Amino acid sequence: MSAAAAFAKNRYAAAALGVGSFVGFIVLVELLIRVGLINRFIVPMPSDIIAAFPRVIVEEDVLQRFLLTAGEALSACILVTIFGVAGGVLLHRYLLLRLATETWVAAIAAAPLVLMYPLYLVIFGRSALTIVMMGFTAGLAPIILKTLEGLSATRRVLINVGRSFNLTPSQQFWKILFPAALPTIFVGLRLGLIFSLINIVGVEFLINFGGLGQLINELAERYDLPGTYAAICFVILISVCVFILMERLERWLRPVD
Amino acid sequence: MAETGRLSLPSAKPLRLPVHPVTALRIGIILAVVVIWEIVSASGWLYRDVVPSLVAIGKALYTTLSDPTFYFHLYTTFYEIGIAMVIGGVSGLAVGILLGGSKFMSRAYEAYLYYLGPCPKIIFFPIMIMWFGVGPGSKVAMGAISCFFPVALNVAGGMREIDKVLIRVGRSFRANTWQMVTKIYLPAMRHPVINGVRLGLGVALIGTLLAETKLSNRGIGFLVIQAYSIFNMPQMYALLIILFVIAIGANTLIGRVGGLDDIKRT
Repeated sequence: MSAAAAFAKNRYAAAALGVGSFVGFIVLVELLIRVGLINRFIVPMPSDIIAAFPRVIVEEDVLQRFLLTAGEALSACILVTIFGVAGGVLLHRYLLLRLATETWVAAIAAAPLVLMYPLYLVIFGRSALTIVMMGFTAGLAPIILKTLEGLSATRRVLINVGRSFNLTPSQQFWKILFPAALPTIFVGLRLGLIFSLINIVGVEFLINFGGLGQLINELAERYDLPGTYAAICFVILISVCVFILMERLERWLRPVD
Repeated sequence: MAETGRLSLPSAKPLRLPVHPVTALRIGIILAVVVIWEIVSASGWLYRDVVPSLVAIGKALYTTLSDPTFYFHLYTTFYEIGIAMVIGGVSGLAVGILLGGSKFMSRAYEAYLYYLGPCPKIIFFPIMIMWFGVGPGSKVAMGAISCFFPVALNVAGGMREIDKVLIRVGRSFRANTWQMVTKIYLPAMRHPVINGVRLGLGVALIGTLLAETKLSNRGIGFLVIQAYSIFNMPQMYALLIILFVIAIGANTLIGRVGGLDDIKRT
């Protein structure tokens, strides 16, 4: 095996290339700005962005903003879980209702619901309630659909086992259907919560209210370029951490096949 | 050995309705929503005009659709989304083919795309304004960024699913890279590509329109935020209805044309 082929097969080499390219790109941008090929009033130097991090964290009260966004996300998460799972169970329980409305729910899932934010501003005012309700609306349809999918995909043999034990409908649901559907429901919850989170931060930015989204908007309006870039990096970092956490949680809950 | 009794469901006489029960229920739900809407609208329980009468919304819908300036704004939005789809779609396709075609490249870079993909893209809008100005350029950029990730990830996934025999056939015919892409890769992974385009279109539409609502003087997003600022609620509802119809229609159309619905059925 040639050295190049061995390098290509090495898992660590690939990761190193990924990180190396990222660092190389940042260094290149820094150099291009320093030599004047990129306008520093449009793209701030990466070193300035890194230096802006402590300032943004301390002066802009990032922890408080993070807690505010997290609180909104948690409220939307609770609402969306309760109503989404209940909606899925309802559609599974009543076949006629499912046949009549499943395509509607799927259509809602494909609709750009976040564009309703001006309407929510009118209904709920420029408050955290608008942001929470926007997150709730965005995350609801995927959870309903995935709950329905999970419950419908319960293996026939499991349902027959429950019947052979003469389980009541309630026992059949809690002992058979719900545990069997839980992994799929959690996939729906992950999707729904990601949609909620995206919309919450997005609407915070758009209406200039709340936590992390508003922080980016405020810094941009002050034309604090390094601060704006630092805040965007900060929000991306938090989003990525949340997605990784949810993914781990889903894997942990998913039974071994 | 104890025997468990067989469950027997009570046999019921089928209910004969003049219409199919599903259609009847759908009509019932729509009627209930209409009645509740009109009651809430007439009652004044909510702030005045927050829930306008359906007649007022219908009139606003008619006025909007018969206004020539609406089509100028619609054209602007379509133009921005179209350019965004071309830029984001083509770059997503290229990156997807590169990542899906090489395990090494996938290991090196795909995690970045995978985790950046679900981040709220609208937060990049201040940067896009600085780079491309307040005109359509920044909206196109927002749409392109939004569209890039689903296309790239779907194409990369689709590339890995291609039957290796097809790739070997292409190589045995000494096909060059362009021929491999157009004759082997794209036809073999048309469904993931179309699915990526469908998802990409949805998010490009959201990215562009949200950017228009934030800072613009043209486009449907601008009309929505203008309706909000002058508190013209019937027009806002009318515009949202038009947008939803366009978005859901485009989504369904791409799915049908691309044969995605057939895959789901089989």
